[in-house]
Amino acid sequence: MLDRRELMKRAGMAALVTGLGSSRALALDTVTLPFDNGERPLVRYPQKRPMIGLTSRPPQLETPFSIFNDGPITPNNAFFVRYHLADIPYDLDPDKFTLEIKGKVDKPLKLSLREIKKLKPVELVAVNQCSGNSRGFFSPRVAGGQLANGAMGNARWRGVPLKTILDMAGVQPGAKQVTFNGMDGPVSDRTPDFVKALDIDHAGDGEVMLAYGMNGDDLPFLNGFPLRLIVPGYYGTYWVKHLNEITVIDSVFDGFWMKSAYRIPDTPNNSVEPGTAPKATIPINRFTVRSFITNVTDGARLRPGGTTLKGIAFDGGKGIKEVAVSIDGGKTWMPAKLGKDLGKYSFREWKLKVALAAGAYEIKVRATNNAGDTQPMDPLWNPAGYLRNVVETVRVTAA
Amino acid sequence: MKHQLLLALAAVAGLGVVAAAAAPVHYTLPEETAAFKPGPNLEVVQNNCTACHSADYIKTQPQGEKFKKDFWAAEVTKMIKVYGAPIDEADVGKIVEYLAATY
Repeated sequence: MLDRRELMKRAGMAALVTGLGSSRALALDTVTLPFDNGERPLVRYPQKRPMIGLTSRPPQLETPFSIFNDGPITPNNAFFVRYHLADIPYDLDPDKFTLEIKGKVDKPLKLSLREIKKLKPVELVAVNQCSGNSRGFFSPRVAGGQLANGAMGNARWRGVPLKTILDMAGVQPGAKQVTFNGMDGPVSDRTPDFVKALDIDHAGDGEVMLAYGMNGDDLPFLNGFPLRLIVPGYYGTYWVKHLNEITVIDSVFDGFWMKSAYRIPDTPNNSVEPGTAPKATIPINRFTVRSFITNVTDGARLRPGGTTLKGIAFDGGKGIKEVAVSIDGGKTWMPAKLGKDLGKYSFREWKLKVALAAGAYEIKVRATNNAGDTQPMDPLWNPAGYLRNVVETVRVTAA
Repeated sequence: MKHQLLLALAAVAGLGVVAAAAAPVHYTLPEETAAFKPGPNLEVVQNNCTACHSADYIKTQPQGEKFKKDFWAAEVTKMIKVYGAPIDEADVGKIVEYLAATY
């Protein structure tokens, strides 16, 4: 972290670079996301294929949506990137990395990556989705990262259950929560460090996991190398990257990133009247149910006849029960055929063959999970632009 | 031209991250592409905002008549009160003026 003088010096240097006209060599092209002020550079980062550049420092990269049509697993080099704070451990020696477990435990631990990798591994396919995924579609618009639908991804994570580590350390009676801190931090010591918390029962449920592997490889650097928290079914804000500090506490954590940020209205569907503020809020938690059409884009022209529509669906961990498709703007619905079940936290592929005579079509897709939760026909709204899960619509013409 | 671009990308991909098994990682971000647009008090904005984040944080926010002075004043206040940005009181109005006039 830096003092004020260092801050000013860095600011001056950044201004100088800007003044000299920094090269745009790495911006391959631009893409325009389908909302106002949606033009973004297509950028190339180490370990990543061309991604939609939201911000450069700290880096935030969105996955081009077409990638979700390639299969249910999102490749590591296409997986979205979201940081909050710009002091990122770009120089990192995995041999010197240690994970510390402390607080209300009988035996505080310091584990090397090697020691963690010696523990019995588990694998889980799970979606990670940014709380603010799709924020750019909110109406009225709200401040924050203006993302389209590409701040999500599905990967096979490999690591150890957090429960294993907590049991090794011995959680003491009276423990209420566990906090998670990564090696990335703020540039200024007056900015709250990014620390998240889970209730003790959730942390020890055997599913929450410390992952060092992703789709058969190490985690890409920008996705949290060498170790990150996996909180299946929960929004990405909890999936702390470069995780090196776990603390068991006997209170409810009141740090900024839990107490003030990442809050949703405490109302029946966590929404409020557009443009209004909620009376009370709770921390954001599980994903809402979502589904997408991935092989036909809005405004596409198709040849009349038989067309197979395909896409993906997911939810916060109950598992997808059914996906229904409408080609008449929601008047009638047809059940889609679900693809292979990779687990209740995974993307579930779906497809459906439809016959389209010449004409215009409003194609909609709607998923329902095993708890009966589904997607609203009209968008819900909250002030932070979280939880978007309206039934998606693609307008096409057969001609 | 296209060939040169591909070669350049290959070089970037090769050099950007050096990570053999268990060797130290040195991840190099590409050069920052975002810049602040010209506008009133540009220097004040650069001195106060760029230490913690790049200019695209501002450029990508919603635009239009509803996102002018009040919107930007709230954002600058958030930067000071929530994120602890060391912005002098005298600069607050200048920054808001730039943001409302420029974006």
